[in-house]
Amino acid sequence: MFEILGVPAQALFGQLLLGLINGSFYAILSLGLAVIFGLLNIINFSHGAQYMMGAFVAWMCLNYLGINYWAALLLAPLVVGATGIAIERLLLKRIAHFDHLYGLLLTFGLALIIQGVFRNQYGSSGLPYQIPPELRGGQNLGFMFLPYYRGWVVVASLAVCLATWFLIEKTKLGAYLRAATENPTLTQAFGINVPLLVTLTYGFGVALAGFAGVLAAPIYSVNPNMGADLIIVVFAVVVIGGMGSILGAIITGFSLGLIEGLTKVFYPEASATVIFIIMVLVLLVRPAGLFGRAA
Amino acid sequence: MLTEAARVSAQTAAPLLQVRGLEAWYGESHVLHGIDLDVASGEVVTLLGRNGAGKTTTLKSIMGVIGKRKGSVVLEGTETIGLPSRAIARLGIGYVPEERGIYSSLSVEENLMLPPRVRPGGLSLEQIFTLFPNIKERLRSQGTKLSGGEQQMLAIGRILRTGAHFLLLDEPTEGLAPVIIDQIGATIRKLKQDGYTIILVEQNFRFAATVADRHYVVEQGKVIDMIPNDQLDANIDKLHGYLGV
Ligand SMILES: Nc1ncnc2c1ncn2[C@@H]1O[C@H](COP(=O)(O)OP(=O)(O)OP(=O)(O)O)[C@@H](O)[C@H]1O
Ligand SMILES: [Mg+2]
Repeated sequence: MFEILGVPAQALFGQLLLGLINGSFYAILSLGLAVIFGLLNIINFSHGAQYMMGAFVAWMCLNYLGINYWAALLLAPLVVGATGIAIERLLLKRIAHFDHLYGLLLTFGLALIIQGVFRNQYGSSGLPYQIPPELRGGQNLGFMFLPYYRGWVVVASLAVCLATWFLIEKTKLGAYLRAATENPTLTQAFGINVPLLVTLTYGFGVALAGFAGVLAAPIYSVNPNMGADLIIVVFAVVVIGGMGSILGAIITGFSLGLIEGLTKVFYPEASATVIFIIMVLVLLVRPAGLFGRAA
Repeated sequence: MLTEAARVSAQTAAPLLQVRGLEAWYGESHVLHGIDLDVASGEVVTLLGRNGAGKTTTLKSIMGVIGKRKGSVVLEGTETIGLPSRAIARLGIGYVPEERGIYSSLSVEENLMLPPRVRPGGLSLEQIFTLFPNIKERLRSQGTKLSGGEQQMLAIGRILRTGAHFLLLDEPTEGLAPVIIDQIGATIRKLKQDGYTIILVEQNFRFAATVADRHYVVEQGKVIDMIPNDQLDANIDKLHGYLGV
């Protein structure tokens, strides 16, 4: 077994893979937050709860309806997205013209309610979700052991992030979205249904969180608190990347996961705080974030 | 394209746009105090008036992009005062705002293609590039990287694509070089020939006189006079008084 900078290669690559996995979740979740913030001007504090809902919907699909992982990967984002659409139409729309602090408070309250309901129903010890049979096991790559499911999580997240980027930056629908984000009044005056775009965008951002939740279910146990723990880090990622940029959210998400992984290898004491230290530094030097457009 | 006979009959029939007692507010501040005006199909009408008179606000209120408005705005028989702006646009109005409204997060091409078609008979891209050749060279650029004149052409070009035959143009010549002003003047005359109906806000009434049929004078949120273009010379002193030039 060879070593790199005094660290066994197995350990180094193992942590890097772990970092990439975390980074995958950071990327998808911060991407959803960025898309929602861009158009709705709302910091969606219930994002973590919606991620958790994705995992729970997958679990319910399997245990109540016999629907397998692959179908749940499609179905759970749709279900979570639909609840998002209901939330936007019934609640967020009513406070859209107030200061965005109200949106933050409302979505924070929603997160507490959603988590509370699931905790009541399922307890907080966590429910197991099996890795789908097709992705069990792994491969020894020589320098490290790669569990197939973990490799799949990275690939699937990257694909979804890039597809989202393509949708927003390269398609007609994306042009509508960017236009409505930049100047909603004028966009509406061209005959474009901006309120509908707003609803769909919230549903889409939330569906991304649901998708991440399904990916996470076999790795972490399905737990009502799984989103609450993660979302704080994701907000730090968003602050570092800057709210404005789609590609920024993706790059920052994956990079910070990797940095966290490296810290675990070289200075484990700081691994839980390194992202927040970077956040503080970025805030001091570039308050709008690494990829954000200064206001 | 309207024939001369069709245009005459259009002018004697109900106006394309009829505005009565239009009032508008920005928050608490009451800015329009009862605007009355008529525009016949195929006409080019200007709104003249001093800075802050309420010209831009009048266009915004017709378009429905203002916080609160009251009164009556009837377009081709449809009362629009209760409609959201997207529905008003769908009736066939194209809006070029004072600040031009070119999106920086969209390329020139995306800016051009953004507004949906609202009526059949919009200009093709080729026709737009014939009117404004500069735009064709810059399709891949970021929208706001264009010069002021090019942005104005883009702002006009993109609503001609939609098939809207009723255009609201807010100071399309503001801050532009004389050659570009001439090009925009020529475009407006060509659109008029093709039967478009236009409300034009202008500071520069010498320019306005080269394109318009009639001039409404706006002061403190009201229409205080209307001068047909062929009587402009006879009323020049009065107009100087209104505009304070
Ligand atoms: N966003 C706004 N909020 C509050 N008041 C406004 C706003 N926009 C314009 N006003 C006020 O409304 C009045 C009419 O403004 P408007 O822009 O319609 O004038 P205008 O005739 O277009 O002037 P200009 O020739 O300078 O473009 C002015 O007193 C102006 O100060
Ligand atoms: Mg104005």
